[in-house]
Amino acid sequence: MSALIQAKNLHRFYGDTHAVNDVSIELNQGEILGLLGPNGAGKSSCLQMLCGALAPSAGEIIINGADLLDKPNQAKRSIGYLPDKPPLYPELTIDEYLDYAARLRRVKKSQLKTLRDQAIQRCGLEGYNKRLIGNLSKGYQQRVGIAQAIIHQPEIIILDEPTVGLDPIQMVEIRKLILELGQQHGIILSTHILPEVQAVCNRVQMIHQGKSVFNKKMSELKKTDQVILRLQKSPDLEELMSLPGIESINNTSNNGYLLNGKNLHSYLSEISQYCVEKHWGLLEICPKENTLEQIFLNLISGEGNQNSELNAA
Amino acid sequence: MILHIALRELRSLFLSPLAWIVLGVIQGIMAWKFLGFIDYFFAIQPELIKIKNSPGVTDLIVAPLFDFSKILLLILCPLITMRLLSEEKQNGSLKLLLSSPVSMTEIVLGKYLGALIFFVIVILLISLMPLALMSSADLDMGKFASGMLGQFLTIAAFISLGLYMSSLSSQPINAAAGTFGLLILFLIINIAGNATTGGDNFFNYLSITHHSIQMLRGIVNTSDIAYFVLFSLGFILLSIRQLDSQRIQS
Repeated sequence: MSALIQAKNLHRFYGDTHAVNDVSIELNQGEILGLLGPNGAGKSSCLQMLCGALAPSAGEIIINGADLLDKPNQAKRSIGYLPDKPPLYPELTIDEYLDYAARLRRVKKSQLKTLRDQAIQRCGLEGYNKRLIGNLSKGYQQRVGIAQAIIHQPEIIILDEPTVGLDPIQMVEIRKLILELGQQHGIILSTHILPEVQAVCNRVQMIHQGKSVFNKKMSELKKTDQVILRLQKSPDLEELMSLPGIESINNTSNNGYLLNGKNLHSYLSEISQYCVEKHWGLLEICPKENTLEQIFLNLISGEGNQNSELNAA
Repeated sequence: MILHIALRELRSLFLSPLAWIVLGVIQGIMAWKFLGFIDYFFAIQPELIKIKNSPGVTDLIVAPLFDFSKILLLILCPLITMRLLSEEKQNGSLKLLLSSPVSMTEIVLGKYLGALIFFVIVILLISLMPLALMSSADLDMGKFASGMLGQFLTIAAFISLGLYMSSLSSQPINAAAGTFGLLILFLIINIAGNATTGGDNFFNYLSITHHSIQMLRGIVNTSDIAYFVLFSLGFILLSIRQLDSQRIQS
């Protein structure tokens, strides 16, 4: 199966500013990719290039098998895009606007109503059909923006900060919607809200100062070869070391230990059993997980070797 | 696709008060002027009878009315065209068009067509006034038709220039000011042509007035039509290029 999006070595200059520097993005069916980065990292520029609103200075973009440069119309047909500011016409009603958006994406007239109703229902806009977009609150306008992006059921949905301006309840709803859409479509989501990425994405790519600095699956990202162990009594570290899998032990706090070792996670039951048998008063044992926040802060604030360190971890 | 964009443009226009204000202002002023021309015609009618081959209703009412409407259109056209592209840029909705499977040419032509349909409505409404004379006067339909053609070609040229100015700026007001200035320049450039003896042909040829006045007299020249078509096409092409290059440069 070929990837939905294959963007290779994208560059983009704004005057002398090298806003996007050699970024490659790949997206597969059923994947929700989170594009992370601080403000001004180049996320929006990347997304705009992917959907053809901005021409890359260099690089190649293939959307669903069609080159964006050679066959823009064919390529753009598989894209639904929500820019950072929803592209709305305040003087139209939601129905009128969605019809127009669908027609622009070359939806046939016979399908128009079905697709529009589906998008409206998915984005929770029922009953607002005849309201003017200009009179809606920011959160509802954002929903209309999302409805516009999914109305033609594109293979690829690109959302630039979709939950900005939403209240917490709406945020949860939109995340649910994204998860639901992610089952059939490929989704790219840019944000700087980390919990959002953790909640919905299954792959994370981080961009910092125009460069791609990190790209991992969510499942890989969390995994470390470390286990946190907390005991009531001081254990015999020598004995602990003799257990299978443990290569080194760091004493992190009073009776807290950080165990290192390859594939240590698979030995959790052995370690806990041993601690219980020894009556060390087992308080806590759990695999250590990388949090996104930690990685993000390391990458953004740290300079130089942070990247390689993380890859090693 | 062009039609969808044009119809959306037209719908937005009529949903805003601007279109109605423009229509109202034009109709009001034109009606006033129309009555003035009729009064004038009645005043000089006794004199006219004495002259052989004297100018008729079409020459004394329709032609000056159409000529005058050009000034109104010149003032109001930038107000309509200014928002065509710059407003979309300003509120971000241009990205919807750019990310849709629509080419730049289709976007620009759609916008152009939207504005053109609006102004066709305007000139049709203006033409209703002289047509109302038909019941009581002998209207020269040939001259009337050529006058209408002149109106149409003139406004088509105005819009293309306005569209181009709108593609240059993301502030509608800048586009309006630019359009206004350039349109006046194109209307009066033949004044320089008339003043100098040598190069008058060239400046005359550049001027919109020079070409439209012929049609009001009932003379339809291929060269005049070519001028308007080239003028409009030129600025439409420039708009397409401008949008394209903004995607690359911006």
